[in-house]
Amino acid sequence: MGASRLGLRAAGASFIPHPSSLILFLIVMHETEFSTAGYLDMELLRFTTAGSVDDGKSTLIGRLLYDSKSIFEDQYDAIVATSEKRGEDHVNLALLTDGLRAEREQGITIDVAYRYFATPRRKFIVADTPGHIQYTRNMVTGASTANAAIILIDARHGVIEQTRRHAYIASLLRIPHVLVCVNKMDLVEWSEARFNEIRTQFIEMSAQIDSNLDIHFLPISALLGDNVVDESQNMKWFGGPALLHLLETLPIENDLNRSEARFSVQYVVRPMRADFHDYRGYAGRVSGGVFRPGDTVKILPSGQTSTIESIETMDGPLDYAFAPMSVTIRLKDDVDISRGDMIVTGDCPPLVTQDLEIMVCWLADRPLQAGGKYAIKHTTRDGRCVVKSVDYKVDINTLEKVEGDTTVGLNDIARLTLRTTAPFCADHYRRNRETGSLILIDEATNVTVGAGMIL
Amino acid sequence: MKLSHLKELESESIFVLREVAAQFERPVLLFSGGKDSILVSHLARKAFWPAKIPFPLMHIDTGHNFHETISYRDEWITHLDAKLIVRSVQDSINQGRVAEEKGPNASRNALQTVTLVDALEELKFDCAIGGARRDEEKARAKERFFSHRDEFSQWDPKNQRPELWNLFNGRKAVGEHFRVFPISNWTEMDVWQYIMQENIHLPSLYFTHERSVFERDGMLLAQTEFLVPRAHEKLTDRWVRFRTIGDATCTGAVESPANSLEDIISEVAASRTTERGTRADDKRSEAAMEDRKKAGYF
Ligand SMILES: Nc1nc2c(ncn2[C@@H]2O[C@H](COP(=O)(O)OP(=O)(O)O)[C@@H](O)[C@H]2O)c(=O)[nH]1
Repeated sequence: MGASRLGLRAAGASFIPHPSSLILFLIVMHETEFSTAGYLDMELLRFTTAGSVDDGKSTLIGRLLYDSKSIFEDQYDAIVATSEKRGEDHVNLALLTDGLRAEREQGITIDVAYRYFATPRRKFIVADTPGHIQYTRNMVTGASTANAAIILIDARHGVIEQTRRHAYIASLLRIPHVLVCVNKMDLVEWSEARFNEIRTQFIEMSAQIDSNLDIHFLPISALLGDNVVDESQNMKWFGGPALLHLLETLPIENDLNRSEARFSVQYVVRPMRADFHDYRGYAGRVSGGVFRPGDTVKILPSGQTSTIESIETMDGPLDYAFAPMSVTIRLKDDVDISRGDMIVTGDCPPLVTQDLEIMVCWLADRPLQAGGKYAIKHTTRDGRCVVKSVDYKVDINTLEKVEGDTTVGLNDIARLTLRTTAPFCADHYRRNRETGSLILIDEATNVTVGAGMIL
Repeated sequence: MKLSHLKELESESIFVLREVAAQFERPVLLFSGGKDSILVSHLARKAFWPAKIPFPLMHIDTGHNFHETISYRDEWITHLDAKLIVRSVQDSINQGRVAEEKGPNASRNALQTVTLVDALEELKFDCAIGGARRDEEKARAKERFFSHRDEFSQWDPKNQRPELWNLFNGRKAVGEHFRVFPISNWTEMDVWQYIMQENIHLPSLYFTHERSVFERDGMLLAQTEFLVPRAHEKLTDRWVRFRTIGDATCTGAVESPANSLEDIISEVAASRTTERGTRADDKRSEAAMEDRKKAGYF
């Protein structure tokens, strides 16, 4: 499968979005009055931001936090004071996410920081990764749990090499929704023609990437707030909605796999108490599909079968459980199950294998050792593996395969063949981001060195 | 099929707590008596139910407690059916490990760290579970769920392990340990909403009560056996509550009529200062609430 995802310049590659997904949501939702009951029922959306240095990422996040009233007065007073001290004309909202910027200026390793804000509809978790030439590692980290990615483009510069890299990482990590924000529209006279030109550039560029991303385009000004929280008065030609509204309404229900049931056993619960004498439950979190009492299940890697007796939580038994619920499953039969085993149903079980083909993003300064041995963590299962071969590297700027170069260093992306010491229950990452992902750990330092996606 | 944000956060925290039990030999849950550690221990009970929580709770006692904190603590531990360990800063002082701070603003906040690190070493804990959240302050925004500490218990923010998907790397060398933060992704609002949804019983200090307080450095401090006002600091009886619970000598109270979780949630929604900025928030006004309503939020 991996072979076809790269270097494809042929027309008709599936990244070109379906026209219907370009029509932005125009559903006008009624403003719900704040009520405690309604507020308890919000959804969670995780997103990440990508852009080059100075594209306006900090300003955009600052504006989302500020305009959604998520900034407290003491925090705001602090940035007003700093802006004045620096002699800036406006209150610099970028200062709200100042920590990382300071690091960048000091040349310190840049890291992912998490920000939070909420509207009555959704709670948002933002993985904030400041723009930097070498920051693939951070974007990959932020992207790994994201439902959506905001890719920023400076309207004056249009699609640049780094935009391609950001789109590629979003697709590699299978972020379900991509929001391309063409920023600094105030500097191009709010030009519709310029916006359309950049949109076309992006679509053409992304045709090289094989993906089924749900993609949206928005013209914004993070500095002035146009189309961020409120619809722009300067760009009436854009039908809206503003970015925040889009974030509030993106359909995320089906971002998780709902068809292939997967449950990795995390912990075996054995109360050893008189009132729960023979109780034995398998605690874990559903990572795909739906489980119901009465379901016939298979336990991997052993292949034993059993039936679900009950699905339990402290709040009572459940009729069904789906991702990402944490539950405890009890089985009818006394089978031998421990941490790292996977309970599955249905006719599409994961492959039980000791040979894994993965795409890896290298996260450590010390390069990957071809032939080297690493510890591996996949779902709740631990093991060891040897890197049998580096099949090719990806030139992240041209998206071309580079064969014959087997040095995989920090921020490199490569395809590897691994051989593990014991079998793993592998799903394709494109089918399930949780049962299809793994990390490689340096056994000498215990540091996480590789992020792997199973092909 | 989509969980509410609170259910999703709950599930994530339970997942993290189970990872701790599976990956470490001797974990311990740090219990301060504040709402965040109450929440974490409630989630731990859920994570392992119907078994008991498979690790003890530990209270690092500054000795400067509101008496409500201790009575609440003992009731809560009984309710959880958990094991409690107490280590006290007073003992560390008596043993000469630390020296009491001097002056009117003396507090034992800083001293706690020594008592904690000593206790972790003495009892050979390899993982300390805490209730810190990333929304609390800038420095925490980068903190991991699994935070590695070297043999000197130090955190190196510049050299943290990347944390991807839900794969938590708890591998460590002998002598090293971890701090784990299961509610990293919760905000103050999430915590309050969840406490209401779950009907968790909280210490009475969080709700309005009449108390003798005085102002110092813009904070309302309670008069206690450990802290008395200076000559010019006027003592008055006011209706106050606490937004955080810690050392009685340096935890500020806020004037508030809130006597239910619903009241507290409305107050948090309208509040214009962070929980940590326990400065007297005179600036909080009706206008602030009005602004938010107009904007359609809260
Ligand atoms: N004119 C204009 N300037 C912007 C806009 N967004 C950001 N900027 C400016 O661009 C510079 C870089 O923005 P910043 O948010 O720090 O970029 P980052 O490096 O991506 O975080 C700052 O001087 C911002 O004020 C915009 O929409 N219009």
